[in-house]
Amino acid sequence: MTASPLIEIKDLRIRFHGDDSRITHAVDGVDLSVANGATLGLVGESGCGKSVTSLAIMGLLPRRTTEISGAIRFDGFDLLKTADQTLGDLRGNRLAMIFQEPMTSLNPSFTIGDQITETILRHRGGSRKGARERAIELLRRVHIPSPERRIDEYPHKLSGGMRQRVMIAMALACDPQLLIADEPTTALDVTLQAQILELMRELKAASGAAIILITHDLGVVAEVCDEVAVMYAGEIVERAPVDELFSAPQHPYTVGLLGSIPRLDHRAERLATIEGMVPNMARPPAGCRFAARCPFVLEACTKARPPLVEVGPGHVTRCIRAPLELLVS
Amino acid sequence: MLNFLARRLAQIVPTLFFVSVLIFSLQQLLPGDPALVMAGEERDPNVIEQIRHQYRLDRPVPVQYAYWIKGVLSGDFGESLRNKMPVRELIAQKLPVTLQLGSMAIIIAFLIGIPAGIIAAVKKGTAWDYGANFFALWGISTPNFWLGIMLIFLFSIELGWLPASGYVPLTENWRASLAATIMPAFVLGNAIAAVLMRHTRSAMLQVLESDYVRTARAKGLSERTVILKHAMRNALTPIITLGALELGTLLSGAVLTEQIFSIPGFGKLIVDAVFNRDYAVVQGVVLVTATIYITLNLVADVAYILVNPRLRG
Ligand SMILES: Nc1ncnc2c1ncn2[C@@H]1O[C@H](COP(=O)(O)OP(=O)(O)OP(=O)(O)O)[C@@H](O)[C@H]1O
Ligand code: SF4
Ligand SMILES: [Mg+2]
Repeated sequence: MTASPLIEIKDLRIRFHGDDSRITHAVDGVDLSVANGATLGLVGESGCGKSVTSLAIMGLLPRRTTEISGAIRFDGFDLLKTADQTLGDLRGNRLAMIFQEPMTSLNPSFTIGDQITETILRHRGGSRKGARERAIELLRRVHIPSPERRIDEYPHKLSGGMRQRVMIAMALACDPQLLIADEPTTALDVTLQAQILELMRELKAASGAAIILITHDLGVVAEVCDEVAVMYAGEIVERAPVDELFSAPQHPYTVGLLGSIPRLDHRAERLATIEGMVPNMARPPAGCRFAARCPFVLEACTKARPPLVEVGPGHVTRCIRAPLELLVS
Repeated sequence: MLNFLARRLAQIVPTLFFVSVLIFSLQQLLPGDPALVMAGEERDPNVIEQIRHQYRLDRPVPVQYAYWIKGVLSGDFGESLRNKMPVRELIAQKLPVTLQLGSMAIIIAFLIGIPAGIIAAVKKGTAWDYGANFFALWGISTPNFWLGIMLIFLFSIELGWLPASGYVPLTENWRASLAATIMPAFVLGNAIAAVLMRHTRSAMLQVLESDYVRTARAKGLSERTVILKHAMRNALTPIITLGALELGTLLSGAVLTEQIFSIPGFGKLIVDAVFNRDYAVVQGVVLVTATIYITLNLVADVAYILVNPRLRG
């Protein structure tokens, strides 16, 4: 039996109430856990609820329109129930997030130095001078050239890659125990993606933080993650240790994502496209949500929601026909 | 920045020239003959002819303009046809009154409009929001003269707290001065407060949804810091310009408000001058007003650049 995980999400459900009284079921019964120092990859098509899940962990979903249930346990706290004050003490300190949108995530009215030292002063206190020195050190750690000069610049002077580095520096400011990186490279061009990824790998080795890495890029997952969770239409459909997921995927959707060449040594394989449409999340189907696109669909699949079943050590899948090997032969 | 300033200053000269021509030409359209007004009871054609000649009213309009503008450039706005005082002196006497009234009005407008807008945005959809919106609607739709009269009725006649009319210079007795100007300043400022509130509210709503406000929250900053530092700084940048532009409506509003409260300011000066066909005064006052307005615009633009790092270069 392993030690209890750093973060454990139980039956997380998130619904948005739209202006026209339409309800979107963005996340529906998600269970996840990450151990201290481990890296979990979260993959899935656009709109499947990856960002919403991570924003829920951070407590950053708009309160007025969001309905959340379930539990998010982080080191003894239930984040969905903690007081704002306590949540504020955790955020930016022990919990940190890098956002999907590097171009707009920095405040245009303040220098990057202001924005980094602010986090340090909030959680660590100390002198302005000390915080500034630490900020310069952080900028150096994320490989921003001449940080002593750059620290006084405003975000509009920086490129997208530089801004994302600043965001990473900011997230690392207080040595978080859990770092959520929401597609840290998607908005950037290919060479920058490789650089940021290299940086993430370095930081993982150096800091020992647990990481939830959200990505479209299976190559990234193969290189960086210990475990992978595959999301589809607001649900986790498969979860497995990384090698196992690549060598023996047990959900038809994962198989589709991997395409025909699930190779660990093959870099930068984009998610393959799968025929068909994602279900309408205003009225999700009752049975398996992948049924409309699944080549193995049976009548029973559309009747009831398939449960997560264990198919190997630490390997679960939400498919009634698993293990799939038996189907192919 | 310096480049921009130089360019803007260079634009001011032709603008003012155009304004001065416009003032002078429009004035010719005013009905009535100033010579007749000055002559008063006297109906002797010889006297009238003499006045015409003395004030060059018998010369062609462009020539009259040339004389006037020449004087203006050397600081001489001519003299009032009515009481023979130099126009410059009249302006120097009345302008501070209106400036005081205007500054108080704009301070009141900012003190009410901006906090109300922020609260309405932060508490969107609650009673606070509806209350602020109701106030704004009321502020925009209430006629100044009606509001002025109601305030006089309540605070001067019923309660006896404030004087109904008149003016005391700030330098003479600041308490009495504030007491005399607070009601007219509120009348002048409340519509601007309403406009500022609405713009602040919508700017805040937009900024509160932005990614960088989410980042600020993700850092663990208190909601107070998130709103008052990260959101407000960005939301208020456009409001500054708006506020400066609203000062223009304030100058025109002063005309009516000074009448209601019998305040001897710029507004009253120009109304009296128009009714008396006091050409030199009308021209001087309008030209000074236009200059103030143009200057405020420039100040607004410069302020906008100063608070916006992207434009500072
Ligand atoms: N604030 C919100 N209000 C209403 N609906 C929302 C909100 N945020 C997200 N959604 C909806 O929730 C669903 C999941 O969105 P989410 O951003 O989590 O997708 P994602 O998996 O991160 O996709 P991507 O890969 O494109 O980032 C989408 O249908 C989205 O439209
Ligand atoms: S449960 Fe049925 S429809 Fe769903 S993935 Fe498995 S085989 Fe396909
Ligand atoms: Mg996303």
